[in-house]
Amino acid sequence: MRFLPVLLIIILAPLLGGLITKIKNNLRMRQGQSIFQPYYNLVKYFNKEEVVSGTSSWIFKMAPFAIFASSLAALFYMREFLALIFIFALGRFFLSLAALDTGSTFGGMGSSREMFISSLSEPVACLACFAVSLQNGSTDLLAWKSLPLANTSALIAGVALFLVMIAETSRIPIDNQETHLELTMIHEAMILEYSGRSLALIEAASYIRQMIWLLIIAQVLLPLTDPVGISGSQWLLWSCWYAARIVIVAAVIALLEIAVAKMRLFRAVDFFGFGFVLAAIAVLCAVLGY
Amino acid sequence: MSDPLSLFFLATILIVTIPSFVYSIGYLKKEYSPKKILLGQILTFLFVLSMLAVVTVSNMLAFLIAWEIMSLVSYFLVVFDSEHEKSIQAGTIYVVMTHAGTAFLVAAFLLLYQHTHSFDFNLVKVASQTIPVHTRNIIFIFLLIGFGTKAGIVPLHIWLPYAHPQAPSHISSMMSGVMIKTAIYGLIRFIIYLLGVNDTWWGTLVLILAIISCLVGIIYALMEKDIKKLLAYSSVENIGIILFGVGLSMYFMSKNMSYWAVFALIAGLYHLINHAIFKGLLFLCAGSVYKAAGTRNMEKLGGLIRTMPITAACFLIGAMGISALPPLNGFVSEWLTLQAFFMGAWHTPGTDKLFLGFCAAMLALTSGLAAACFVKAFGITFLAKPRSSYAEKAIESPVSMRFGMLFLAGLTIIFGLGAAVIINILSRVAGASLGIDTSAMVFSVNNITIHPLAGNAMSLSPLTMALILVLCGLLGWIIYKVYRKRAISYNTWDCGYYRLDARHEYTATGFSKPLRIAFSFFLRPYRTTKKSGESFYHIKSMTYETHTTPVFKKYIYKPVLAITFKSAKFMRRIQPGSIHVYLAYIAITIFVLIILIRKF
Repeated sequence: MRFLPVLLIIILAPLLGGLITKIKNNLRMRQGQSIFQPYYNLVKYFNKEEVVSGTSSWIFKMAPFAIFASSLAALFYMREFLALIFIFALGRFFLSLAALDTGSTFGGMGSSREMFISSLSEPVACLACFAVSLQNGSTDLLAWKSLPLANTSALIAGVALFLVMIAETSRIPIDNQETHLELTMIHEAMILEYSGRSLALIEAASYIRQMIWLLIIAQVLLPLTDPVGISGSQWLLWSCWYAARIVIVAAVIALLEIAVAKMRLFRAVDFFGFGFVLAAIAVLCAVLGY
Repeated sequence: MSDPLSLFFLATILIVTIPSFVYSIGYLKKEYSPKKILLGQILTFLFVLSMLAVVTVSNMLAFLIAWEIMSLVSYFLVVFDSEHEKSIQAGTIYVVMTHAGTAFLVAAFLLLYQHTHSFDFNLVKVASQTIPVHTRNIIFIFLLIGFGTKAGIVPLHIWLPYAHPQAPSHISSMMSGVMIKTAIYGLIRFIIYLLGVNDTWWGTLVLILAIISCLVGIIYALMEKDIKKLLAYSSVENIGIILFGVGLSMYFMSKNMSYWAVFALIAGLYHLINHAIFKGLLFLCAGSVYKAAGTRNMEKLGGLIRTMPITAACFLIGAMGISALPPLNGFVSEWLTLQAFFMGAWHTPGTDKLFLGFCAAMLALTSGLAAACFVKAFGITFLAKPRSSYAEKAIESPVSMRFGMLFLAGLTIIFGLGAAVIINILSRVAGASLGIDTSAMVFSVNNITIHPLAGNAMSLSPLTMALILVLCGLLGWIIYKVYRKRAISYNTWDCGYYRLDARHEYTATGFSKPLRIAFSFFLRPYRTTKKSGESFYHIKSMTYETHTTPVFKKYIYKPVLAITFKSAKFMRRIQPGSIHVYLAYIAITIFVLIILIRKF
């Protein structure tokens, strides 16, 4: 029973990526690629031969498995947000090392920027989690359930988490998944040397990680109780709303991506400073009981 | 003393010093003459003995004597490479700072004696409750300064990045891994155990110092390109993390939240032994690199993972541990510390929650920066192509050195996976130090809230986590193997340039550039550019250097030193060099003492 949702998340994760791209393209008045394109890409990567840099060591070859393992293992720790942050850090650590391993300047650039961004996003994630945990005394963000709408504190904390998620899933305005421009890329710079099956594993891991972040943010902003003791049509309604929440968050991301320009790297400090203040306000609201 | 606290520190000391000692056999060989090696080993032996004495004696006078022997012997070890100018300088800074700290300890002990009329720990503990409040506060501050100097709490950390890297590597590993922990022992023994914590501001002050130490330590570590200095600054940061646990425990103790006080102290002690293990390990690895490549400058290293595979693997494990990556030991202790903040804050009434939340966020920032720091340390030193001919010629270390590293690397993993057992042991240590009966409390990582508080169960088992991680990785590997496609080896993408070499790699300085800019308000970076050539338009060579301003040295220590020298110059006037004047001084002193004797 515990594995069914996990399996569902893994299978649907690339679809979510495709959906966000589709929404973005449609908003730009373009036809856009099919929402199943991420699946086609994964299949294509798996069937391609791989080029491995001669400069690299076993770290480069092992990293895709570590990254894949961290994303997959995170699915089992979604109910313990603090552990989740640390598990994601494991994947990031190996990706950054692999990027340095090839001796390419792009890799080093991506690795340096990724660690810069992630070290700034961690306190925001921690403080936002702290605000939510003050509501029910646990770091299980998915356990936060009262009404269809969150209270003030959780709402603000959810927005702070949303900012963290933008950085973690390499979205505009922090990073841009669609470009390979050396001046701006972060995540893409790190995976530049990867190809074939290794790239497929890393991409799959990224999709799963994105899905987890969206699930958590959807739950914090639009809480929903577990379907205990409901049956038939009610259950159907429940699952529709459950999926709709995620689509809503995805749509917000897509809207943000086409509305905002990518920031200069060093503006990220202000971006997370804003997130930190938001999270601090969320804690204050929680203390005051709002 | 043979209570759990002393036994715990005894174990911590032995766990690190034994592998370091084995390591030293290979490390010292061929570097020094046999006579000097013998001298070094005798000093090391004395050093370990004095540390063992510090944590086991039960009398304040004996403690001071052991403390002083430890400081002096470690001074001789710091200046072991006495032909280097830098060693002498580092040793001088160390010996001055450590004695300034000891002076505060002596003052604190005398104050304790004045009110309790005893030097014995147990008698002092009984009588300490009768000490008036303001004296207690003074004793607390003196103890904090005295032990803080040894522990390297910012701004008293100034000696640490000089002294630790300058000593031979096995000594660095003992100093950073163990010696600075004896100061934490002192804090727990004298403040928590002997004095007892009644005031909330004590814990708050320690927490604020913890935040400052963590951030300053890790930011300086990030800027460093000398690998041993980087590790020394990282020790300052980790002392901060340990102080988070200790300070939080004091905070909860003063609020009568005994369960959370025990829990926070467990987290602090857990990180203490973890840091002893992985920092010991990392210094040993850095020592092997230094011995093999002849330089500690990371900009000249690189590619060592091919020539020194075991050192690289051990350093990677240590780096993962210190970056708090699951399922290794650093992750468990940092997670526990964060949980102590979260859970404790939930049970604390009012606006104190805001402060605790802020502390937790700063801890998270530290752990993020630490991960960045160790990606840099490992990535630049061991990966990609060698950046110099020294690094190209490096060879793997001898067996005895590998044994020392592998042993500590194994412990890093064991202390992560065996968290449930260790936490149970630590609960007894913490309970005994705080004077709380923990037999009714059940602690394990699997479920940290069984007794006596119900609800909000938070479970985590590093063993299960490791299993899940390995299985998921294995699944990835199986998927990878199912698609049997060719993998060919080719050059790194070089934009069609065809001459990618080590000079195109990212450097340690380049890696930390974004953070240098982000923290420029504190680091105050500056550049010096020198051009030389026939004219402005025809430049033959150019040197470019970037530095950061050492804020504490410039704004605190330099002025203090200047004042000291100035006053010394002034005082010199009373020293005319004539014996008659000195005889007169002696006579006057005796008279004054005779007059004052009745006052005391």
